[in-house]
Amino acid sequence: MATTTPTRPSTEAPEDSGSEGRMLKLGAVGGDWLDRRVSGAGLVRFFGRKIFPDHWSFMFGEVALYSFVILLISGTYLTMFFVPSMDEVVYDGIYAPLQGAHMSKAYESTLHISFEVKGGLLFRQMHHWSCLVFMVAIFVHMFRVFFTGAFRKPRELNWLVGFALMVLGMVAGFTGYSLPDDVLSGNGLRVVDGLMKGIPIVGTYISMLLFGGEFPGHDIIPRFFTIHILLVPAAILGLIAIHMVMLVLHKHTQYPGPGRTERNVVGFPVFPVYAAKAGGFFFLVFGIITLISATTAINSIWVYGPYDPSPVSAGSQPDWYMLWTDGGLRLIPGWEFTIFGYTVSLNILLPMVVYGGLLAFLALYPFIESWVTGDDREHHLLDLPYNAPVRTGIGVAWITEYLILAMAATNDLIAVKLHLSINDLTWTFRIAFFLAPVIVFYITKRLCLAMQRQKRDLALHGEETSKVVRMENGEMIEIHEPLNEFDRWVLVQHDDYRPLKAGKGVSALRAAATSFFFKDQLAPVTPTELREALEHAGHERHKIDELTGGDYRTPDVRSH
Amino acid sequence: MKALAARRHHPLAFVAILLLALVATGGLYAAFQPRSAQAESYSQDDVDKGEELFLANCASCHGTNAQGMQDDSGNTLGPSLIGVGAAAVDFQVGTGRMPMQNSGAQAWRKPPQMNDEQTRQLAAYVASLGPGPSVPDEEALSSKDADLENGGNIFRVNCAMCHNAAGAGGALTRGKFAPSLSGVESKHIYEAMETGPQNMPVFNDDNISASDKRDVVAYLKALDEQGSPGGISLGSFGPVTEGLYAWTIVLSLLVGCAVWLGAKAK
Ligand code: HEC
Ligand code: HEC
Ligand code: HEM
Repeated sequence: MATTTPTRPSTEAPEDSGSEGRMLKLGAVGGDWLDRRVSGAGLVRFFGRKIFPDHWSFMFGEVALYSFVILLISGTYLTMFFVPSMDEVVYDGIYAPLQGAHMSKAYESTLHISFEVKGGLLFRQMHHWSCLVFMVAIFVHMFRVFFTGAFRKPRELNWLVGFALMVLGMVAGFTGYSLPDDVLSGNGLRVVDGLMKGIPIVGTYISMLLFGGEFPGHDIIPRFFTIHILLVPAAILGLIAIHMVMLVLHKHTQYPGPGRTERNVVGFPVFPVYAAKAGGFFFLVFGIITLISATTAINSIWVYGPYDPSPVSAGSQPDWYMLWTDGGLRLIPGWEFTIFGYTVSLNILLPMVVYGGLLAFLALYPFIESWVTGDDREHHLLDLPYNAPVRTGIGVAWITEYLILAMAATNDLIAVKLHLSINDLTWTFRIAFFLAPVIVFYITKRLCLAMQRQKRDLALHGEETSKVVRMENGEMIEIHEPLNEFDRWVLVQHDDYRPLKAGKGVSALRAAATSFFFKDQLAPVTPTELREALEHAGHERHKIDELTGGDYRTPDVRSH
Repeated sequence: MKALAARRHHPLAFVAILLLALVATGGLYAAFQPRSAQAESYSQDDVDKGEELFLANCASCHGTNAQGMQDDSGNTLGPSLIGVGAAAVDFQVGTGRMPMQNSGAQAWRKPPQMNDEQTRQLAAYVASLGPGPSVPDEEALSSKDADLENGGNIFRVNCAMCHNAAGAGGALTRGKFAPSLSGVESKHIYEAMETGPQNMPVFNDDNISASDKRDVVAYLKALDEQGSPGGISLGSFGPVTEGLYAWTIVLSLLVGCAVWLGAKAK
């Protein structure tokens, strides 16, 4: 079993029993060893004795962290050979199909890394794969936090820090894959240039400022290089530090369970158990990324060719985490009008408003929810997603919208692979953009409520055994196996929320919002209900036992 | 590695190559310029056999004299083949597109129904109807001293917008698509450029000269041969398939590890 440390300092020693006890002693000895060598003994003990709960869904933050470490290591290797310059050279390296081609030094050095530097291609692929994994882990982690309500007080600020990390991750990725100066990344820059120029009045100036003149200019690669290897990683590192400090201060949340309360954390101490697990996990993540990078190609820039503004290849897409920003541009009709000699490109502005809205909603969601619920308590116990049907529905709807944008950005590939018409697909996505989130929200919410109902029955009546007894009067009774108290606890512990009524300082808007959130909510099982259900079950059980003598085997089995 | 060794030549070699190149250019110019006039020789026998085959397999759509046919409501069943040349037939029949099976957005590549001999005879028949591009010969396709860089450049500028930079294929409007080019025979690549099947534009010798076409063919063959230096190419579709891979295979590996580590040693 795991240990429980009270949140408030306690002098009680943890129980010392069996192998668990030995492990703890090991921790104490290890901590002690460190104590004597490192000043700030209190700090070490503080961290070493921190308890971290164990659940696989809590490990994606770690995956993000580890892939970031791998990004730093592999990126450092790449900087030793990459030349961030747009000066033109004639290629005379080993890759035959490009010998004699004119290209920038940036592109040339990337070819050099790929084909001539020892381990260069492996490191390039590791850098890019760990970037994809980093962003995947961030998204999974973020939605773990979202669906379990881990962003609630006191963790709203940490949610914002995390959100900033997600956006910085996108910036890091985008600036990174723009560096090799190939046709594909050049096309991506061209889109950014277009987005900026779409901003009325100032757009052209911003673009000129970024590119140091007319697109593509000669400055963008060196500038992106500085942003990519210095500014963004430093910002990410700093924010990760803040993220972790806040995590330690708040302590980690935990799933509801017997013995787990709002005032304790049940799990393993960081030292040695968790440290060992985390260390092992780091090497597993490292191993998986290395394996993938050694076997699977990513961003084969020699195929795309050196950047040249004229060619655009079919299937030009950004990395997955930027896909959604391309989807809106592909979906929107070409709406533009001219006013006072300025072109107002709605086909660019509207998608940008949508993107901004989606991001802002995500960032502000903790504040929106706490405003609606008026819940001002601290939460250290997580919600099971089905116990928060509206939140879960909103999250799934958000993901759906995101996915539709991302899929719209891949409409040409979907069309080729599924032999569909790209025009039909575009229309389907346009309609889905408005309808799908609503439908998905409704379905998810209904599913959650159905699960609540089912869990409620389970808590009250226990598990169905599919053994049916026919009483003498012909009545059929199924034998239910009551849950043990631990399992039942998980099903009955959650909070009960009721919609607010307008008036008494509650605005009509807020009343409507709480009603939207909670009007269908099922009340958790009350102690009275539970007592009645148990009594009823006991009574039934008694009747059955009287009839069968407590032997539930069927007569034919019994006669053997 | 051969390529690396090949680059290390004596400085004088450059002068020699320059001289050779100058001499060769004159010869090549003479050899390649009047290409469209230089037709493959077909015997009358080929033409007759071709006509028989044509009447049996193609006339239902293209008409008994290959003049083209329309159905009652004016939709083209098959276009006129007069003047499309032997190259068009060799491409359409050699890649199995013709005889066309079902009418859809586009005729699909399928296993050829005619053998090489029959294809040749059909080509002879259609070529006899009017002058058109002929089937390219060995020399026109030889990749021996082709300029891969030039071929790659022409491919990226002229073809990649439909066929994708890696030749993996791409979508056109309304369900039409540019197919993948990997594994397509050299002469079919050449013929596709010359005849512009369906929604593909024709690249005649004024757009892309014969030697440029040869470079394109050589480039595509080099892409095929070199494979994917980075490992599994995931179909060469670029960032989307890479992202899918990360979200499916890599993520399941990670979840697997997380569940394994998160499982309490009970
Ligand atoms: C089911 C009807 C059908 C049959 C049978 C058919 N074709 Fe076609 N063919 C078409 C259509 C429709 C097109 C035009 C659309 C296209 O290019 O795919 C075409 C196009 C062609 C072209 C390309 C013309 C150009 O402008 O380049 C050639 C060559 C050709 N067919 C040859 C043949 C030969 C040879 C046969 C017999 C072996 C044949 N076809 C059988 C319907 C048919
Ligand atoms: C406007 C888009 C477009 C461009 C540009 C284009 N193609 Fe195509 N290509 C197509 C389409 C569409 C087809 C399919 C035709 C068919 O199925 O009959 C095709 C077919 C082909 C084929 C036959 C493939 C097979 O599976 O048999 C080859 C080879 C080919 N193209 C090469 C090229 C080359 C080389 C270039 C550049 C010089 C080029 N294409 C430019 C659209 C294009
Ligand atoms: C660079 C990217 C990130 C890293 C390295 C990272 C790392 C971590 C780690 C290791 C944890 C503890 C383990 C866990 O609960 O998974 C954690 C917790 C947390 N993260 Fe992140 N995270 C990142 C991005 C984000 C994002 C994008 C969000 C949300 C917008 C976020 C919000 C949170 C919150 C609220 C917690 C506390 C969870 C709890 O106590 O249950 N993080 N983070």
